[in-house]
Order: sequence, then structure tokens, then C-alpha cells
Amino acid sequence: MAISRRAFLAGSTIAAGTLVGSAGLSAPAVAQTKKNVLRVVPASNLSGIDPVVTSGQPVRNHGYQIYDTLFGMNGRFEVRPQMAEGAEQSSDGLTWTIRLRDGLRFHDGEKVLARDCVASLKRWGARDPLGQTIFGLTDELRAVDDRTLEFRLKSRFGLLTKGLAKIGGPAPFIMPERIAQTDPSVSIKEAIGSGPFRFLADEWVPGSRAVYAKFDGYVPRNEAPDCTAGGKVVHVDRLEWHIIPDAATATAALQRGEVDWYHGPDLTLLPLLKQDPAINTEAYDDLGYMTVIRFNHLQPPFDRLEMRRAIQMAVNQVDYLQAQVGMPDLYTECRSTFFCGTTMSTGAGSEAMAANFEKAKALLKSSYKGEKVAILTATDLSWLHAASLVTEDLLKRMGVNVEVQAMDLGTFYKRRTSMEAVDKGGWSIFHAGFSVTDILDPSTHLGLRANGKQTWPGWPTDPVIEQLRDDWMSADPQGQGAIVRKIEARAFETVPFVPLGQFQTPSARRRTVTGMLKAPLPLAWNIKVG
Amino acid sequence: MQSSTHASATEMAPATSPEPERVGSTWGPFLRHHGPMIFGALVLALIVAAALLAPWLGTSDPQKLAPAARLKVPSALYWFGTDALGRDLYSRVLYGGRVSLLVGLSVATLAMLGGLVLGLLTGFFRQVDAVLMRILEAFMAIPAILLAIALIALTRASVENVIIALAIAETPRVTRLVRAVVLTLREQTYVEAATAIGTPPLVILLRHIAPNALAPLIVQGTFICGSAIISESILSFIGAGTPPSVPTWGSIIAEGRSYFQLFPNIIFFPAVFLSLTVLSINLIGDGLRDLLDPRLSREL
Amino acid sequence: MLAFIIRRLIGAIPVIALVALIIFCLLYFAPGDPATIIAGDLATPEEVQRIRVALGLDQPFHVRLGIFLLNLVRGDLGTSIFSNLPVTYLIGQRLEPTFSLGALTILLSVVVAVPLGALAAWRARRAVDRMALVISVLGFSVPVFVVGYLLIWVFAIKLAWFPVQGYTPLSNGVGSWLSNLVLPTLSLGMVYIALITRITRASMLEVLSQDYIRTARAKGLSDRAIIWRHALRNAAVPIATVVGIGVALLLGGVVVTETVFAIPGVGRLLVDAILRRDYPMIQGVILLLASIYIIVNLCVDISYAIFDPRIRY
Repeated sequence: MAISRRAFLAGSTIAAGTLVGSAGLSAPAVAQTKKNVLRVVPASNLSGIDPVVTSGQPVRNHGYQIYDTLFGMNGRFEVRPQMAEGAEQSSDGLTWTIRLRDGLRFHDGEKVLARDCVASLKRWGARDPLGQTIFGLTDELRAVDDRTLEFRLKSRFGLLTKGLAKIGGPAPFIMPERIAQTDPSVSIKEAIGSGPFRFLADEWVPGSRAVYAKFDGYVPRNEAPDCTAGGKVVHVDRLEWHIIPDAATATAALQRGEVDWYHGPDLTLLPLLKQDPAINTEAYDDLGYMTVIRFNHLQPPFDRLEMRRAIQMAVNQVDYLQAQVGMPDLYTECRSTFFCGTTMSTGAGSEAMAANFEKAKALLKSSYKGEKVAILTATDLSWLHAASLVTEDLLKRMGVNVEVQAMDLGTFYKRRTSMEAVDKGGWSIFHAGFSVTDILDPSTHLGLRANGKQTWPGWPTDPVIEQLRDDWMSADPQGQGAIVRKIEARAFETVPFVPLGQFQTPSARRRTVTGMLKAPLPLAWNIKVG
Repeated sequence: MQSSTHASATEMAPATSPEPERVGSTWGPFLRHHGPMIFGALVLALIVAAALLAPWLGTSDPQKLAPAARLKVPSALYWFGTDALGRDLYSRVLYGGRVSLLVGLSVATLAMLGGLVLGLLTGFFRQVDAVLMRILEAFMAIPAILLAIALIALTRASVENVIIALAIAETPRVTRLVRAVVLTLREQTYVEAATAIGTPPLVILLRHIAPNALAPLIVQGTFICGSAIISESILSFIGAGTPPSVPTWGSIIAEGRSYFQLFPNIIFFPAVFLSLTVLSINLIGDGLRDLLDPRLSREL
Repeated sequence: MLAFIIRRLIGAIPVIALVALIIFCLLYFAPGDPATIIAGDLATPEEVQRIRVALGLDQPFHVRLGIFLLNLVRGDLGTSIFSNLPVTYLIGQRLEPTFSLGALTILLSVVVAVPLGALAAWRARRAVDRMALVISVLGFSVPVFVVGYLLIWVFAIKLAWFPVQGYTPLSNGVGSWLSNLVLPTLSLGMVYIALITRITRASMLEVLSQDYIRTARAKGLSDRAIIWRHALRNAAVPIATVVGIGVALLLGGVVVTETVFAIPGVGRLLVDAILRRDYPMIQGVILLLASIYIIVNLCVDISYAIFDPRIRY
């Protein structure tokens, strides 16, 4: 059977080549050769196509394939023009003029105009937290002519282009004006961008397959690719996402060469993949995830600072990393509120995380009154669930009356918004994982916001840290370093969350797949197969 | 689910009896005849004992994490090895057996009770029959395991919800079985006689009909028990099973399935316990059918 | 005959309507709010409320039920909450894999189980019979996903005879279609083979004890002729009934098999929908599966007339 199948594949090369070129025609999945198709198992299902309505990673990754952004970020997270030729700031710093580069086209053949960008950014700004900040500071965003757009700000704001190069979802993708005029909370119906790949809508089987073709009309920048910046040159004709919900099956499929690249193999399966000489387990994202313990600051017992400090004192990051990842070459202890290895991370004040269990127990004894502690966890994410179980174990040993409440991710998101007491459906602790793009600097760091009930669940209130954040955003680059040190020190003092170290999310690909770029997300351009 | 099949097998069973079965007066023929059932009973007794006596059988806390001792292969220290979080699999399998067996037993009991009540009602009262049977037919058209998944996913993962969902999914088939028995019996002369002399329907139901429905019901119950244990494992596999703090054979297999190539011990031991248990229960069910229902003695 | 079929078809309508009602009530009264899930991590309560209004989730029970039933009659099953595509379109994409898997499984099971069961009955309490017993009890005792992983390990990874996962449409050639379906069919067929073997044996035993079989034997007919021409024909009605009832079992098993082998069928569509609370999707797929079950059993009823000339309508 296997032989006849291979023979069949070889015979249909030519057919595949012609089919891929013609828009809208659905090429049968099998009628491809390995030469021009990249078959990928994404970390999870592409459930929708609107990168603004849904902030999830699959939609964001899908978005980076079919859309382009005005600015990109290089591997050091510096902003570089992408669709833009460049940006000019007026001398008072209040007007930004962004000019589009020549030759940009959407997949439907239309030219990309400044007014498409205006509509797209406005829609994004209605949903994205950083976008909301930007538009809150913006008097007017307008298209000056077909290739020029202009931001007029109310006050100086150094993060504008950084926001327009944002990698974490929702990202500021550019789509045609007619689509971008959709209500920001209603999903768009057409996936048309100006990015290096086209989405083949008729081949999309939600929950099973999403297919993209190389967009022949894409004009890459004449630069080397670097993360989301630089020239996005596509070497494959066709990119297929095969959604394989069962990790064991997906791994076996990669071993057999039925797929080429498994974005996020289950950490537990890595040893198996490493044994296989045909498979390369190099990560695309060297920074990976940072897991944190998040406390509910509104309800006892963690409304009390001593309780949070006791947990911070007790935590031994290695316990967590072992349970989550197991392999020491994949994790690093990191006592910092930012990713270790980025310029933000100073480690100021981190001596509070002494991993001293006895001292922590004594500290806890003085402030714990026997309240019930509920830990919320979602079983969909193995590393998140593992962290929850380690915390449960830790609290039990400290003598805390603790209960783990497990649920699916959707329910988890809903439950953690409850500000009620534990016995009324509330919670005490949950764990979360930050990707580097989530907590790149104080402006976007969810865990460091401390404006009470307006912020991310956990709701700490600390005017000092909020003031420091504002100072940081308006400071010049020289002054920012000192402010970040103060922010970190303050965070270890007031404990809005406890960092649990960082681990790499490995990726596994056949050795036939070359040219993988290092980035916080899997990028499909620059990749060659075979 | 499995039971649907057994239910129908029982219903389909020939109505006439070829030759009455003689149960031998000595143990020899009995053993020869009921060997599989006795084997099943012995194995089941061992597994139940292991689950009940778990604390005294060298187990440790099944939830105790030991990240440093993760993914150990079976050894003198960890008889079945450890899982990805360093939990002792031997302890988890024994303690998990408690929950799996509880699920099986509870689902069987609930479905039998529900099916008995509904079946007697529909079989005996014509007015109820028309409405109720339509509703049950609709329920039966939804594959039982899917109904259970939906019920659990839409409520909350807990052992009780798993039991209730599976019992709801199984009840319609039991009802149909009981109803079929009642329909046959109510035509019998002694029941007609009882009706004629004015015995209240409830008394007829309880005195004449219920006892006769009992034998097929018990046979059916054993099959439901086995099927519920399997169904529970399927629910865990789909991600709609018991909460993670409650290990069951099914959830241990489901959690450890990604390791099936590297550490087959993680799914091997719970899978063997699960399969042996269901196998024993099915053998007992077959044997009971032979014993309780001589008409069917020549079946499997 | 035609009148019978029409009568049965009409009789199926209230059952399907009841299924629709049951599933609607189930979803209506279930805790959990799809609007929150759609709104995602960053949503404000106002946004969630807007989505709820947009989806009509804020309407009272009778209004929502009325809208649902009205659309149902028009053949409109609504739009998936997540992918924003029509439910009928999404189901349509996935019918072929599920039908292929189901049909192949039934075919395999009947081809294996009927002769096995017949043989077991003919040689009751001998080696063949014991073997059939072991197979049928094992089929009921091992969870389908464990069988699936075992098959993948042996036949896809170690021996590399068949692909691990996926589905190739029939239009791409029978060879590749079949090679993708062999392992799923085997693992799904286990329970079904067990079931049909069991019922075949039981019905055959019953038939074989009848007088006319003894007569046939006395007449000197060969064993083979007796089994195939007389006994099996008479045992066919209960076997067909179980094949029909077993469709429910099959549809349940399909969910698991499709997940293990990453087959894009309706089973997985349903589980994804349930786990994400995609209400219109859940309603649509369950209605579809229930209708399949009802239609298959209708066909079984009709087939009685073919197997058993005494049955006339």
C-alpha cells in the first residue's frame, strides 16, 4: 500500500504545481510532493480567522502568514519598518508620518492604500490594550494621500511604532478597508491580507486543516529576514496546517514523515523525538514561557501581603520546572519579573525568593487564619496544570487548606474573572504563562499593572507601581533603565505574582526543513523543504 | 455503548426454550460448565480486594508529586514506575481502581433502578407508554457516549456527574428491556387473573411482574457495569472525565497516552487492570445469564 | 411495502423533533456561556454582553426555541460560533470521512463476525467457539483508543505498512483512501465484531436446534449447505437488528477513533464543538447523528422483508 501511494504522489507533481498557481481552486490535499509543500502541525486549532476579535496564538500565527504589518520587530525586539518605508516624527514629537512602500498589494489584487491602514489600525485599536492606549493619546489618524498616513498625538509617546510592530495578539495587521470596517467585536468573514501567503478559504476545514498558498504578488523587502522584520521570502508553494489534536498521534506522524514541522510538541514527547535522527528539535523561540503564580488581591488570605510573601519565599523554581518540563537543558531559573536574557530584566529585589521553606512556613504561620484556598487550573495546558499541582503540594506542606479546581480553558478564563469569595465561586490562585511578547516591557506587562479592578484578574492596587509605569513610558531611553530596576524591586516587595522560571517551548521538524527563523512565533517564510 | 448491544442480545434471545438445563448436583460439572464465570469472579474479587485494601498494600499517596522522580520505569521502589509528575503509578492504579469500580457499580445500579421503574410504568400503563417510549426512543437515537460527553462537558467534571451522565445514557435501554418483559408477562394467565379479581395495579407490578423482570435485569446490570467502566475511560480520553484530582484507570491511561512509545508502562498497567476487570464482569454476566435464565443457557 | 416505508418515515419525524427539543433544552439549561468564551481573555463585561445580544443568547427560552425550530424546518442549522461558517457547510465537509469509516467498519465486521459466529455455533463448546468467545469478550473489554495506539505502534511506526493519521478523499484513488482507513477501521471494528459474533452465535444456536434443521440434516444435506442456506437465512433478522442498533455504538466509537487517527469526520467536529460550547454546531451534529441512527434502523426494518419472506407489510 505504501509503495503505491508514493508512486501516486510522484505522478501528481505537475498537477500540484499548476493548481497552486490558480487562485481559489482547491487542490486535493494529497496531490502534492514534499518538494513544494510545507506540512505543519500547529500548536492548536485555527478556530476562527479574525486576528482582532480573537487574541489567541493560532489566529495570531495565521495572521502573520496572510497579513503584513506596518512595522516589524527584529530578534532583539527593535522596531524596523516592514510595510512602511519609514516613519518621521515632527520636531514637537506630536505628529508621526508613515509612508507605505511601493508595490504593496492585497491578495484580491487591489493596491494597499493608506486608508486601508487607517481602518485596520482603528479596528485593532478598539480591541488591543496597547492599541487602546495609543488611540487614547491620538487626536487624529488620517490618510494624507494613498501612500501616507499621519498620527496626530495629544502628547509625546515613544511607544507608537512599537505598538504598530506588536507581535503578541491582537497584532496590528493591515487588511482592506471594506473588511476592516467590520464591527471590532464581530468576526470578519474574509481572510484577505497583503502578507506573503494567501489563505485558501475553500480548503479550510475548521478543526482539521487550513491551507495557504504562496502569494505571488508579494514584494518582500530587500533585506535579510529577522524575526518579523526584513524580507519575507517564501520558498514553498503551499503551506498546510494539519490539526492533530492528539499529541501521541502528531508525534508518530512526524516520525513517519507524514508532516514536516510540529510547532509545539508536547514537552513530554521530546525525548522520543530527540532519539530520532531524522528530526531536529531546535526551538524557534529561545525564550519560551515564563509561568507565574497569580494571587487574588481582593479576597483573603492573599489580600494580606505576608501571605503572598510567604509563598514567594517558599517557592523553589526547580520543582516547577521539573514538573513542567523535566529536561534541564530546556529550562532556566529566572527570578525576575521580565524574561531573563532581555534588556528589561534586572533581578532587583529578587533575593526575596530565597526558596527557604522553613522561614516561609514561619512567616505564613503568623498571618494564615485557616481560610480555604482555591487554585484554578485548566487541564488543556499540561505545563499550566503541572504548575498548579506543584503549588497545591507546596501549600499542603505549609499547612494551608487548599483545593485544586480543574476545568477546561474556556471555563478557566471565565472563572478567574470572578471577584467573589472562594465559597461563592471565586478563587485564590491561578497560574499563567507569559510569552516574551506579553511582558516585553512595563507598558505591556499585564502582571505589573496595579490599577485595581480595571486590570488583569488578581486586581492588585499599587499607585507606586502605576506611577513608575507612567514615568517609564514618558522617560527617555537612558532614564528607563533606572525606572525598570525600581519597578522590579517594588514588585518583589508587594508580590503581585511570583515568577516560576522560564522554559523553552521546543519545536520539532524533519531535518528536510531548513531556514527556520528564530522568533517568538513560528514563521513560515524563509523555510525550504527538501 | 457496550450495553446497548447486550441489551439487544438479551431481547433478541429466542423466546422458546429448547431443552431445560440441568445443573449438576456435584461440583465437577458445575465448574466445567461455569468455568469462565468462576474465573471472572476470582479475578474480579482480587481486583476489588486490591482496590479496597489499597492503603495496606504498600501504596503511597497517589497524588503525591515528586518531580525529581518523574518517568521512572518499574523497579523495586516503584512497582509500576512513575508518571510525568513523579506520582507512583502502582498507588494510582490501585486507588484509581476504587473510582473506576465505583463508577461501574453506581451507573449499573442507577440505570437498573431507573430502567426498572420506567420500564414497569411504560409496560403496565398504556397512557404513559406512548409518551415515554417516544422520549426514550429519542434518547436512544443519540449515541449514549455522546450524550454523556455533552452532559458532562456542559456541567462540571466530577465523579458524581460522570456517574449521572452515564446512568442517564444507559437508562433508556434498560427501560426497553424491562418493558419487553412486562409486556410478555401481562398476557400471562395469572396476571390476567389477578387483574380480574381486582388486585390494584401497583400490587400486581410489585408481586408478580417485578420479580420476573429481575433476572434479565441483573444480567443486564453486569454488562452496564463493565460498559460504564469503559465509557468512563473514553470520557477521560475526550477530556470530559473525572477531575484530575481523582485518578481512575481511564484518566491514568488518558493522561499517560502521549508516552505510549517511550514509557508503555504508564498505560500498560491501568489498561490491563481495566480490561481484566471489564472482562471478568462480562464473563460473570454471561455466566449469570446461564444460571438465572435457563432458556438462554445455550448462548455464549 | 411503500406505504410501510412512508408510514415509518412519518413516524420518525416526531422522534427527530424530540431529539431536537432534548438537545435544545440540554444546551439551554447548561451552565457556561459561549459569549464569554468567544470574547476571550481580554474582554470586558460590556463586550460579552454585546456578543450575547448579537447571538441572541439574551432572548427568553420560548423565543430562542421558536427561532431554532423555525430555522430547522427551513433546513438552516445556524452558524458556528467560532468559525462563523454555516453549520450545514461544516458538517458537509466532514460527512465523507465518517461515512467511509462507518461503512468500512460495518462491512469488515459483518464479513468477519457472521462467519465466525456461525462457525462458533456450529462447533459449540469446541476450540473455535472458545476462540470466538475470547475475541468477543476482549472486544468489549479494551477501550477503543488503547487498541488504536497499539495498531499505530505496530503497523504504522514499527512496520510502516500504513499511515499514522489523516484521511485521503476517495476521489484521490481507492488505494490511498483505503490505506488511511485500515487502522481506524480495525480499531473501531473490534467492538462491533464482538457484538455481531455474539448475536450471530446466539441466533444460530437457536435456529440449529429447530426441527427443520434436523430434518435437513436427516435428508443428508451437507453441513455447509445447512449453515449457509437455511440456518443463517433464518438467523439474519436478529443479526440485522443488531447491526442497526449497533450504529449508535459505532457513532460513539467514531468520536474516539477520529481523534486518535486525526480523521476530519463529524465525530471530532462534535467533540470539538461540545468542549467549546459551540451551541449551533452541537445541535446540528447531534441531530444529524440521530437521524442517521433512525434511518439506518428504518432500513433494517425494511430488510426484514428480504430476509424473512413471512414478514409482509
